[in-house]
Amino acid sequence: MVGSLVHWDTSWRTVLPTNSSSVVSSRTRPCPKFMNWARIDGCHAAASFKEKQPENKGIDVGNMAEAGGNHDLFGLMKQRFLTFKNHTYMKELEHFQALSKAQYPKFMVIACADSRVCPSNILGFQPGEAFMIRNIANLVPLMKNGPSECNAALEFAVTTLEVENILVIGHSSCAGIENLMKIQDVESRSFIHKWVTNGNVAKLRTKAATAHLSFSQQCRFCEKESINQSLLNMLSYPWIEDKVRRGLLSLHGGYYNFSSCTFEKWTLDFNGCTVNEENNSYVIKEEEFWS
Amino acid sequence: MAGEPIDDAIAALSNLLKEKAELGTVAAAKIKQLTAELEAAGSSPFNPDERIRTGFDHFKKEKFEKNPDLYGNLAGGQSPKFMVFACSDSRVCPSHVLDFQPGEAFVVRNIANMVPPYEKTKYAGTGAAIEYAVLHLKVENIVVIGHSRCGGIKGLMSIPDDGTTASDFIEQWVQICNPARSKVKGGAGDSSFPDQCTTCEKEAVNVSLGNLLTYPFVREAVVSKKLALKGAHYDFVNGSFDLWDLDFKVTPSVSLV
Repeated sequence: MVGSLVHWDTSWRTVLPTNSSSVVSSRTRPCPKFMNWARIDGCHAAASFKEKQPENKGIDVGNMAEAGGNHDLFGLMKQRFLTFKNHTYMKELEHFQALSKAQYPKFMVIACADSRVCPSNILGFQPGEAFMIRNIANLVPLMKNGPSECNAALEFAVTTLEVENILVIGHSSCAGIENLMKIQDVESRSFIHKWVTNGNVAKLRTKAATAHLSFSQQCRFCEKESINQSLLNMLSYPWIEDKVRRGLLSLHGGYYNFSSCTFEKWTLDFNGCTVNEENNSYVIKEEEFWS
Repeated sequence: MAGEPIDDAIAALSNLLKEKAELGTVAAAKIKQLTAELEAAGSSPFNPDERIRTGFDHFKKEKFEKNPDLYGNLAGGQSPKFMVFACSDSRVCPSHVLDFQPGEAFVVRNIANMVPPYEKTKYAGTGAAIEYAVLHLKVENIVVIGHSRCGGIKGLMSIPDDGTTASDFIEQWVQICNPARSKVKGGAGDSSFPDQCTTCEKEAVNVSLGNLLTYPFVREAVVSKKLALKGAHYDFVNGSFDLWDLDFKVTPSVSLV
C-alpha cells in the first residue's frame, strides 16, 4: 500500500548555511539542538541530496498548476515545505519548539474549504493562533442532528483547548450556499445536498427577506445569514452555551468578499438571542466593515 | 503584590520537585509559558477584533493589492489541483507548512485529519467535500496530512480496551481510525506510548486513504488515473515532512482458459 516514501529531513541540513548568522540571528541562546544534530549528520545528508537552496518564492500559482507527473509534484511539494522551513520555521525556532509541546490558540475558526479563503492567508493567522475547521460552506449543524465532523472539533476546542473566541467566516460566491439556494426538492440526492441542508433555516429566512432581489443577491444574503445560523446552532451545545453565558467564550461572525477584498466582522450578543424548538432569533453587536 | 495564594502555590511546587526532580524541565517550560502570558496580558489584554483587523489589513496591502491578476482570476472561479485533509490543530495549517497560495488547495480540516468511510447517513460533511472536489472541481490529488503530537490520535490510543469513552463526540469521531490503533497496539512490543502514537499518526493516514477508496467517485477517478491519493506526515518536533503514494490499480484481466 505504501509506495515511494520520501523523507525530507535530511535535505534541509544541506541548505542551512552553517556559518551564517542569519538563521540563529537575534536569538541570544546557545546553538539549538537542531543545529548540533545538523552539523553531525551534515556530511551524510550532503552526499544524498545535492539540492540548491530554494529561491525566495513569490506567488507563482503556475508552478503547482503546471507540474506534470509525480516526480515534478513531489519536487514542488518538497520545495514548498523547505520554503516554509527555511523562511519561517528556522527563523522562529524557539517559538516552534515551544509550540511543539502544546498549543494555546485564542481562536477557533470555522471557514469554508474553498481554496481562496484560507484564514491563514486572509487574516494572517500564524502557527499556534487558530484551531481550524474547514468544511463546505462553513456550516455548524445543530447538536441534535447527530455526529458530525464539527462536533468533535468543537468539543475539543472548547472543553480541552478552552479557546476564548469562535469565529465563523463565510465568503462571497460560495458554491455551497448557491447549492443550498438552488435545491428544489426536499429529497437529498447527493452528499452535497445532504450537507448544505444544515443551512436550511438560513435559506428560509433569506427567501422570506429577499424575494424581490436577484438570485445572486439572495445568495449574498444567505451567505451571511447562514453564518448567524451557525453561531446560533453552536448555542445548542450545552458546554458552549454555558461558557458564552459566563463570558468566557465569544462567538463572532466574519464575511470575506473576495471580489472587493472587504471583510465584515460582528459578534453575537448572547443576551439578545433566543434559541428554542419553535423559534430562534439573534442580535449582533460590534459590527465592523474593513475595506 | 505577592499574597498568600502565590506563596502556597510556589511552596507546593517546590515540594513536588524535591520529590520528583525529573519534573523540573516540564515545570520550567510551563512557568516560562505562564510568565510570558502574564506579561502579555499585563501589557495589553488580547483583543480579538484588533488581531484579525491587523491580519486582514496586512493581507490586503501585501498580497491582494500586489497581485491583482491572481486575485482577479480567483474572483471568477477556483480550479485547485489539490484537495487536502489536514488536522484542525493550530500548528499545522497547510497554507504555512506547504506554502499553499490562494486557489491551490481545497482544504478540509477536522480532528486528526480523518476521512470516514462512505456512509449515507452520517458524516455527510466529508462526503460533500470529496464529492465537490472530485466531481465538480476535478482536483488531481488528494493528500491526507497527519502530524506529530496529534491530540486526536493520542485520544484514540488512550481509549481503554473495554471501549468506555468520556467525551460526547471526540472519541466517537477518532474511532474512525480504530484499525490503525489495533495495528499499532498489536505490533507495539516494547515501544513507548509516544512512539506508538507517532506510528498511529501515520497508520491512521493510511486508514483514511483506504476509506477514500470507499467513495465510488474517488475509486473511479483513481482507477482511470485522473486522481492520485497521497499520504503525508508533518513532524514539527524535528522539522521534517514525509510524503507517500497510495498505489491502487486494476490490472488488465488474464484469461484462465
